[in-house]
Amino acid sequence: MGMTHVVDRRLNGKNKSAVNRERFLRRYRQHIKKAVADAVHRRSITDIERGENVSIPSRDTDEPIFHHGQGGKREMVHPGNKEFVTGDTVPKPPGGGGKGQGQGQASPDGEGMDEFAFQITQEEFLDFLFDDLELPNLARKKLKDTEAFKYVRSGFSTDGVPAKLDVVRSLRGAHARRLGLSGARRKKIRRMEEELAALKSAPADLDAAFSHEDQIKALEEEIAELKANVRRIPFIDEIDLRYRQHIKKPQPATSAVMFCLMDVSGSMTQMHKDIAKRFFILLYLFLKKNYKKIEVVFIRHHTSAKEVDEEEFFYSRETGGTIVSSALKLMHKIIESRYSPAEWNIYAAQASDGDNWNDDSPICSKLLADSILPLVQYYAYVEITPQDHQMLWYEYEKIQERFPQSFALQQISDPGEIYPVFRQLFERKAA
Amino acid sequence: MTDIIDRPNEPRTREPISTSSEWTFPLIEKYDEEIAKCAAEFGLDTYPNQVEVISAEQMMDAYSSVGMPVGYHHWSFGKQFLSTSKGYQRGQMGLAYEIVINSNPCIAYLMEENTLPMQALVIAHASYGHNSFFKGNYLFRTWTDASAIIDYLVFARHYVAECEERYGVDAVEEILDSCHALMNYGVDRYKRPAPISAAEEARRQKEREEYQQRRMNDLWRTIPKMGEDEDPVKRKQRYPEEPQENILYFIEKNAPLLQTWQREIIRIVRKLAQYFYPQRQTQVMNEGWATFWHYTLLHRMYDKGLVNDGFMMEFLQSHTAVVYQPPFDSPWYSGINPYTLGFSIFTDLRRICENPTDEDRQWFPDFAGSDWLETLHFAMKNFKDESFIQQFLSPKVMRDLKLFAIQNDDQEDVYRITAIHDDPGYRILREKLARQYNLSYREPNIQVWNVDVRGDRSLTLRHIPVDRVPLGDDTDEVLRHVHRLWGFDVHLESVDDGLVVDEAHCPPKDLDEE
Repeated sequence: MGMTHVVDRRLNGKNKSAVNRERFLRRYRQHIKKAVADAVHRRSITDIERGENVSIPSRDTDEPIFHHGQGGKREMVHPGNKEFVTGDTVPKPPGGGGKGQGQGQASPDGEGMDEFAFQITQEEFLDFLFDDLELPNLARKKLKDTEAFKYVRSGFSTDGVPAKLDVVRSLRGAHARRLGLSGARRKKIRRMEEELAALKSAPADLDAAFSHEDQIKALEEEIAELKANVRRIPFIDEIDLRYRQHIKKPQPATSAVMFCLMDVSGSMTQMHKDIAKRFFILLYLFLKKNYKKIEVVFIRHHTSAKEVDEEEFFYSRETGGTIVSSALKLMHKIIESRYSPAEWNIYAAQASDGDNWNDDSPICSKLLADSILPLVQYYAYVEITPQDHQMLWYEYEKIQERFPQSFALQQISDPGEIYPVFRQLFERKAA
Repeated sequence: MTDIIDRPNEPRTREPISTSSEWTFPLIEKYDEEIAKCAAEFGLDTYPNQVEVISAEQMMDAYSSVGMPVGYHHWSFGKQFLSTSKGYQRGQMGLAYEIVINSNPCIAYLMEENTLPMQALVIAHASYGHNSFFKGNYLFRTWTDASAIIDYLVFARHYVAECEERYGVDAVEEILDSCHALMNYGVDRYKRPAPISAAEEARRQKEREEYQQRRMNDLWRTIPKMGEDEDPVKRKQRYPEEPQENILYFIEKNAPLLQTWQREIIRIVRKLAQYFYPQRQTQVMNEGWATFWHYTLLHRMYDKGLVNDGFMMEFLQSHTAVVYQPPFDSPWYSGINPYTLGFSIFTDLRRICENPTDEDRQWFPDFAGSDWLETLHFAMKNFKDESFIQQFLSPKVMRDLKLFAIQNDDQEDVYRITAIHDDPGYRILREKLARQYNLSYREPNIQVWNVDVRGDRSLTLRHIPVDRVPLGDDTDEVLRHVHRLWGFDVHLESVDDGLVVDEAHCPPKDLDEE
């Protein structure tokens, strides 16, 4: 005996397969990207932070080997015979299917066997999404950190680093300890000192036999020893030290509201809207890192503006012309009635293909400069068009010159260009 | 299980080791100690054991690297991991109770979620059952070197990682993909291989580099000697002269364009194929042996009073699940359960030795009534699944399992029942079942046939079909991998009775002709 060695490996790393898993995702990134893009289309912009199920056709993940095909003459031995006797024949099912060999079985959850299905984590999901948006690593990391923390004071502890030592509290503790430890002895000293004083003040007896000299001497010695004892109690001891303790607390403290403004006139295609949606998602993820509570307001407009829910915002179609100022007016009205700038950090993102009635663009410019920009933290305008700019853009450019801190605009024609405009916002706010 | 011959009840004076089903490390050690004593009573000869307690997640890790404790990185292991964890999380699939590595010391993994009786079952099954099989069976003794495998795996992992760094992950992945496609054709079935050893590998690696290049140049001299091409004998001569079944070996040594590191990776995959080769051929025996011993050892513990009734109830429940064989028409049927078949044969072997019937004496005159322990050990040591079934499958086991053989001939409209568990059928059934476990029957017989050394350097593989069974639909895909490794055209011909019945080519021939 004694040849067996029992080892607890549970604390060794799990995730030995992490690299292999990563290799798998890498190999099938095209499939996964598509699944992520589909999910982005399907999901709400406030529901981006979870994993996703991905299915890949099995033939793409199969590892081929030489094996036998159908046909020829095969013999198999099976268990569980009930009524067969040698020489029996059994008709073949039409279509020449195999005999109960587990072929063509459906999986229990209804997924076809010809799909290889698996889950990617929230983190992997965001990574693929950010890939799509060509987000640099630093920005990814900041967005993926599941929580932002702030260190807050949380009482005192008996150990810590010297920098956190609380001198006053430590000394106060030491004092208390000294008092505590010496209390009994001090009491005794006091009693003996009273006794001594009494003896000393007593009239001296001439008779040496009744002299208090010896008693006094003995008392004085004892008192001296006790006092030395008390002095030997250390002035400050390790157990007196108190350190300020800090704990990590999720930091987001305040509230933000995010206005999504989008042109839904006939010229905005679903492709435009999907690009806009990605921009809104990014903004949402960013705000979520920085604020505890976020509300999202969706305003769509063509010639008139309307506050709608997300579904209607992204997926219903309108025709007709475009009056951008209608949306700005509505936004201003909503801020006034529901989101006092004293309590809310206000962000706005506007997406459009640049169309506007020319007469309206100066109105937009004035609305922004006079009523909206003073109230908001940041206003970002993305123009989703490969074409030349129109009036609205030039008006907005002037705004940008006047309000470089709170206004940004960018033209984008594919998702990879979303990030630069986002970055301006990100760098400024995350600094 | 009703057939197990119980030992006469010994007085059960001892207190059981434990009564709770919670395990602790001291309890595991205590159980192991007692199981070891029982194993010694039965003469089980094992490598030293290393029992490692791991979490379910770690078990999934171990699973997905096909049980190799150290492995090189590859996406296919990641795929395995994803499907394992998905099945496990959804509760569709329990994890295996145990994984055991053929190494010295013999490493067995216990999952922390297991109850104490399960841990005891796994220790008996893996650390004493499988372990003694690894140490005793001739295939393992011949083909694997238990004391060197871990070092070799570490060597392989480092080598592959180094290649990834130097040549890129994609380049290495391509070679590995192609090697994996041919992994089953990376073993010399009839030649005894050199045992794997890491130190030896590292020492010889340099030597090989130089040697290979020289050899390659010899084979691929581009200028033919004067008059050689006209020599009809030389022209007829094939290279290799004899067909080669170890395709990976042939490619490693002869592919014209491969770089040294690529040959080394082929070699690594070959060595792993060799390591797994005995396992592929002894599944029934190995699981049957381990199951027979967990059953026997834990009953012995019970007889000694070391475990109580509650323990046995839980143990028997797990055991029964392990050896359950669904009938062919059950929705759960997925072929013959190797645990059931192996356990039934070993159990019946013991019965034949201890309580032979007339039938047994007639069928097994050599060992009916012999010493059962000696006979079981003999069977374990000297056979592989095919020969084991051929030698030891008894009529009683065939009756118990109600075996029957069914023939599916694509030239007939009906399936034919060719034998059942009756007197005229026993021998036929046994032969057919044995053949079913013959690797060369289960996998297509494909060998290297010829290289056009003086021409276009194309490689021709030859497939010899059995009973007209053609190759499956992966064939073209696999040929692409062969082509990637070989670097020149690859042909595959199926030759039945001297006639080419099918062909495949990479690049595909039809395209050229059109």
